[in-house]
Amino acid sequence: MKVPYYPGCTLKTKAANFETSALAVAERLGIELVELPRWNCCGTVYSLADDDLIHHVAAVRNLIRVQEMNAQGLVDDEYRLVTLCSMCFNTLKQANVRMSENPEDLEKINDLMYLEDDYEGRVEVKHLLELVDELGFDKVEEQVKNPLEGLRIAPYYGCMLLRPTEVGIDDPEDPQIQTRMLEALGAEKIENPYRKVCCGSYQTVQDKKVVSNLAYDILTHARNAGADAISLSCPLCAFNLDSRQREIKEDHPSFREIPVFYFTQLMAMAFGLSEDYCGFDLNYIDPEPLLSAKGIIGGSNGE
Amino acid sequence: MADDNNGPRIGVYVCHCGGNISEVVDVDQVRDFAGELDNVVLSKDNTHMCSDIGQQLILDDIKEHNIDKVIVAACSPQFQGETFMDVLEKAGLSPYVVRMANLREQCAWPHFNHPDLATQKAKVLVNGAVANVRNSEALERQSMTIGKKVLVIGGGIAGIQASLDLGDAGFEVYLVEKDPSIGGHMAQLSRTFPTEDCSACILSPKMADVPANENINLLTYTEIDDIEGYIGNFKVTATKKARYVDMDKCVACGDCEKVCPISVPDEFQEGLRNHPAIYAPFDFAVPHRNLIDDTLCVRCGNCVDACKEDAINLDDEPEQIEFTVDTIIVATGYDVFDPSEKKVYGYGKYKNVITAMEMERMIVAGAEGNPIRNPGKKIAFVQCVGSRDEQIGREYCSRVCCMYATKMASLLKHSGPHRDVYIFYTDLRAFGKGFEEYYKRAQNMGVKFIRGRVAEALADDPEGRVTLKVEDTLTRRIIESDFDTVVLSTGIGLSKSTDKVADMLRLAKSEDGFLKEAHPKFKPVDTNIEGVFLAGTVQGPKDIPDTVAQASAASSRAIRLMNRGEYPIEPIVAFAHEEMCDGCELCVAACPLNAISMAEGKAEVNDALCLGCGSCLSSCPTDALDLHMYTNTQMLDEVTNALKDKKEGETRILVFADDTCTYRLADSVGTAKMSYATDSVIIRVPSGSRVTPKLMLQSLALGADGIFIGECEDRTSPFPHSGEAIRENFDAVTRILEEEGVSPERIRFVSFVTVMLGGFVNNVDSLVRLAKDLGPIPEDKREALVKDLNAKLFGVRTQA
Amino acid sequence: MKIKKLDLSEENVEFLVKISDLSGETVTLCEQCGTCSGSCPMVSEMDITPSQMVRMVQLGESEVMDTKAMWLCASCFTCTVRCPRGLDLSKIAEALRQITLRKAVDYIDIRDLSKDEMKRLPQIALISAMRKFTG
Ligand SMILES: Cc1cc2nc3c(=O)[nH]c(=O)nc-3n(C[C@H](O)[C@H](O)[C@H](O)COP(=O)(O)OP(=O)(O)OC[C@H]3O[C@@H](n4cnc5c(N)ncnc54)[C@H](O)[C@@H]3O)c2cc1C
Ligand code: SF4
Repeated sequence: MKVPYYPGCTLKTKAANFETSALAVAERLGIELVELPRWNCCGTVYSLADDDLIHHVAAVRNLIRVQEMNAQGLVDDEYRLVTLCSMCFNTLKQANVRMSENPEDLEKINDLMYLEDDYEGRVEVKHLLELVDELGFDKVEEQVKNPLEGLRIAPYYGCMLLRPTEVGIDDPEDPQIQTRMLEALGAEKIENPYRKVCCGSYQTVQDKKVVSNLAYDILTHARNAGADAISLSCPLCAFNLDSRQREIKEDHPSFREIPVFYFTQLMAMAFGLSEDYCGFDLNYIDPEPLLSAKGIIGGSNGE
Repeated sequence: MADDNNGPRIGVYVCHCGGNISEVVDVDQVRDFAGELDNVVLSKDNTHMCSDIGQQLILDDIKEHNIDKVIVAACSPQFQGETFMDVLEKAGLSPYVVRMANLREQCAWPHFNHPDLATQKAKVLVNGAVANVRNSEALERQSMTIGKKVLVIGGGIAGIQASLDLGDAGFEVYLVEKDPSIGGHMAQLSRTFPTEDCSACILSPKMADVPANENINLLTYTEIDDIEGYIGNFKVTATKKARYVDMDKCVACGDCEKVCPISVPDEFQEGLRNHPAIYAPFDFAVPHRNLIDDTLCVRCGNCVDACKEDAINLDDEPEQIEFTVDTIIVATGYDVFDPSEKKVYGYGKYKNVITAMEMERMIVAGAEGNPIRNPGKKIAFVQCVGSRDEQIGREYCSRVCCMYATKMASLLKHSGPHRDVYIFYTDLRAFGKGFEEYYKRAQNMGVKFIRGRVAEALADDPEGRVTLKVEDTLTRRIIESDFDTVVLSTGIGLSKSTDKVADMLRLAKSEDGFLKEAHPKFKPVDTNIEGVFLAGTVQGPKDIPDTVAQASAASSRAIRLMNRGEYPIEPIVAFAHEEMCDGCELCVAACPLNAISMAEGKAEVNDALCLGCGSCLSSCPTDALDLHMYTNTQMLDEVTNALKDKKEGETRILVFADDTCTYRLADSVGTAKMSYATDSVIIRVPSGSRVTPKLMLQSLALGADGIFIGECEDRTSPFPHSGEAIRENFDAVTRILEEEGVSPERIRFVSFVTVMLGGFVNNVDSLVRLAKDLGPIPEDKREALVKDLNAKLFGVRTQA
Repeated sequence: MKIKKLDLSEENVEFLVKISDLSGETVTLCEQCGTCSGSCPMVSEMDITPSQMVRMVQLGESEVMDTKAMWLCASCFTCTVRCPRGLDLSKIAEALRQITLRKAVDYIDIRDLSKDEMKRLPQIALISAMRKFTG
């Protein structure tokens, strides 16, 4: 199955490990993620002012690329556009929803982009988690060679996968999709209500302490609920929860650091793929000691 | 003055209304104008037609001049219609052959600053009325015989109260309750606000009165399967479920319960205790007998052996019963909102998050010295769970939660003064008698009221204390605090088990999902179906005092219909001209009330079911269907005459005003002396859905420059589906107008409530303006509109 | 701080209308229940709570422009999915930010960031911050 794929800027740099692991596990599941030709930055945040149409152009342009891919035969009648980064997912999907619900806005946007083909409104923006869900977590389970037994992982969703409701992929107050994934991977399930609390997002640029305070709360509650590690799907959440542990440690010297994974890294481990795909060198808190302690790595089943 | 011996002999009476009319309208001109109209035998004026002298004038003329039809050109028929009907009846004529031309509310008053135009318009109105009355049918006042049997559905406090009232008044009651005992939710409550009476103590004597009342047939553990028919003749089929315990032998000793191997959460105890498969519903249940829940029973036979009375029969079978009743009271109550829908509060996940009803049971158990669990020291009530919340589509206020939280907080404080009890509220509504004082008493006891809606409940340990996050909106502080017990003050919604009953009876629902009353002010316990009444929380959230008051109101409304043994019925019902009906059956589906059936290939309308909206008329390709009082002939005649003298360059729009809302609204506009364009003629119809596509097109063809249909909003309409029917008619007409190149803007449909005075004025004025801008419809197009009308309309309809 | 009197003048109404238009939200619908404030992850950093921000807009107090709340909003949409009146506060905050940003007044200057931070921060953080805090 070939599916159009939108990487977004951070997946090519700071979160390259997210992409390498995702592409590898997707392949195992029989999904070929075909990168959009000529993609551009989606804008990372959805513009919220009522009159601010121009800022949706960036997002819609990427949707037009999907039409082109179909026209060029790069994919076969496949209008689902997959993202890994939750922020890109949210921005693209909110723009898409606005276009499909407001034909007038769509017309205006198409006028603004008169050099492009018109956007026809057929694209469906999907997060990889959703795509896997559609495929069935039993398919994931079939690929598991190295179950994450004994690993207690708290899923973290943050905001962009869940809210607002029109674009969320799960119940915003009680999301379960990652839990189902983690169960399929053989990990132990941790229920923690802080999994939907915002990490502070872009406030990290303005005031890192604001964010490290929030991260401290989120991580401490995960620890209290018994977690050894966190799983997530957004490079910005990853930065705030992982890298900002440096700032947490400055304020709370007794804080016990906790590794933060992209869910695809966990999938790669469970699928028995080589650690190379996981790029743990890009993780701030090194997860390897935990993984060895639990016997997930260090065995001989890596490829 | 035509004196045609064969035709009707119409008398016209123009009233001055003591100057109200005559100061604006030139009464003499109108009187003389009317005298010239076809079939008008005499035309007179008088200062007060409604006075004894005025009435006598009519009586005398009927005698002396053989007048057989009457026009009173005076005030609104809403005002004096009945008076003149009585006059005709006194004179031995049908009361239905008098019409009023509304010269006061709909002419003199709104057009007071244009006396000349008002006089012109008065003539138009009189002309229309004369045309209408000319072919009016001499209908008789009708009544139906009715018996004295009532079905009360639901044995909560509403059903109990209604049954007792009816039984005491000598009416025969069937009280059907689906559960094994009557009592409803009130039986579960600890005490009742604001008096803090023990709920069981005040309820159980009433419950006991039910089987003791010789006029009440109590049918518990019984479900209604079907109800057919209509007022005076409802056929009820119901199933008494098998109880497997002989009610005459059982003494509810409880021996059987001890040997039953089954144990499941007890609903009455809100799942806080268990019961076996054989059990008694609760300790003051009526009837107080055990029963077996056959969905739980494994047929081990232990109980059969244990029963000393030999009361248990595992082969018991359900029993079908049938009976007929004359009226019905629906009292099927409410369901408490299921808070697991509102995931932010973690109900079902966190052990210490409970519902208000669970707290009621905990308080009862505590008071009985048999506590279920200890609520702890620090307790929070979270208000508005499942109420006033667009996120879950429940916008209304549940009305009882503020006070029951106050009640339980007080009781908890009373039994444990060391406790810290908080109530987090959005608005505290203490509107009832004694409520404000009760609220104050709770404050006095130290219950803490915090104004802020709880945002979220969080807990790391699902068994542990629960953290609430909430803003104190009065100080703008954010509270993040742990509680031993969090009580969700869950709102109330219509009980699911009502749906089936509502469907069987075709009862309408209001926007909040509760059953809808016939009129929010004047018929608060009637429904859109004659002879069916509402009592208690089925109609909307309410507390026990209001429930009981409403139950008594419902029984007295039912008694009002049944007491005389016969009740008057409106002659406004549909009927079929048999000779014109070709048996196509289109009308059968068109009636939202299923009042039309086919008898020997011809349409037949059931008078008792028909509400007289007239919406079926549009479905009939042969004009065979018709409506008494508003027949096709009468309507077309009225329209024709109302447009007859329209001169070149004049504009005239027709306003078809439904009797319940728009016609009264127009009266109110006049009473308020608000003016609108004189180029409008208001025509009274029972419902906008009476105005068929054909009548609309004919009106345009006859020279109307615009058509305006006003109808009650669906919410307040006595006709549940009229809005939809009107829209369908509009679709049909719009298509034809577009085909013929006539602007569909000329027709307009607006839903009104009777307070939208400005809305009425604006709509009339803007349509008149638009019609003026568009100019008249050219002659050829007008002709084209009605050419091959039947083919056009029914071509269009069958496509749709 | 002294208590300031409000005179509910026409300017007040104009401010309300302006924010309502820009946000596309019917700000007058807010019933001041405080759900948003209790839900807000940033509230402990703010000088006024989100519900207070909405209240000031309702009353047309343009002094709300001098507060920090809107700048601390992380557009996390938690209030959006919870507001019992169905208001989208993230849009109201955006409208307030836009009033300043459209005057070409930026809230942050990326050049103030240390080299280390510049190196550490992922692109999406930088771009989104620029989108929210600069014109
Ligand atoms: C937690 C809580 C505390 C409260 N405390 C107070 C208080 O202190 N004071 C006060 O005044 N009010 C209080 N109330 C409100 C009070 O409970 C109601 O006003 C009252 O019980 C309404 O009675 P009802 O007969 O209308 O409905 P219900 O009590 O719901 O009775 C309806 C009956 O109809 C039966 N039924 C339903 N469907 C069918 C069917 N299809 N066929 C046959 N039978 C059917 C049901 O089994 C039930 O017996 C409280 C409410 C709650 C939720
Ligand atoms: S949650 Fe909505 S209604 Fe409540 S205070 Fe905030 S904006 Fe107002």
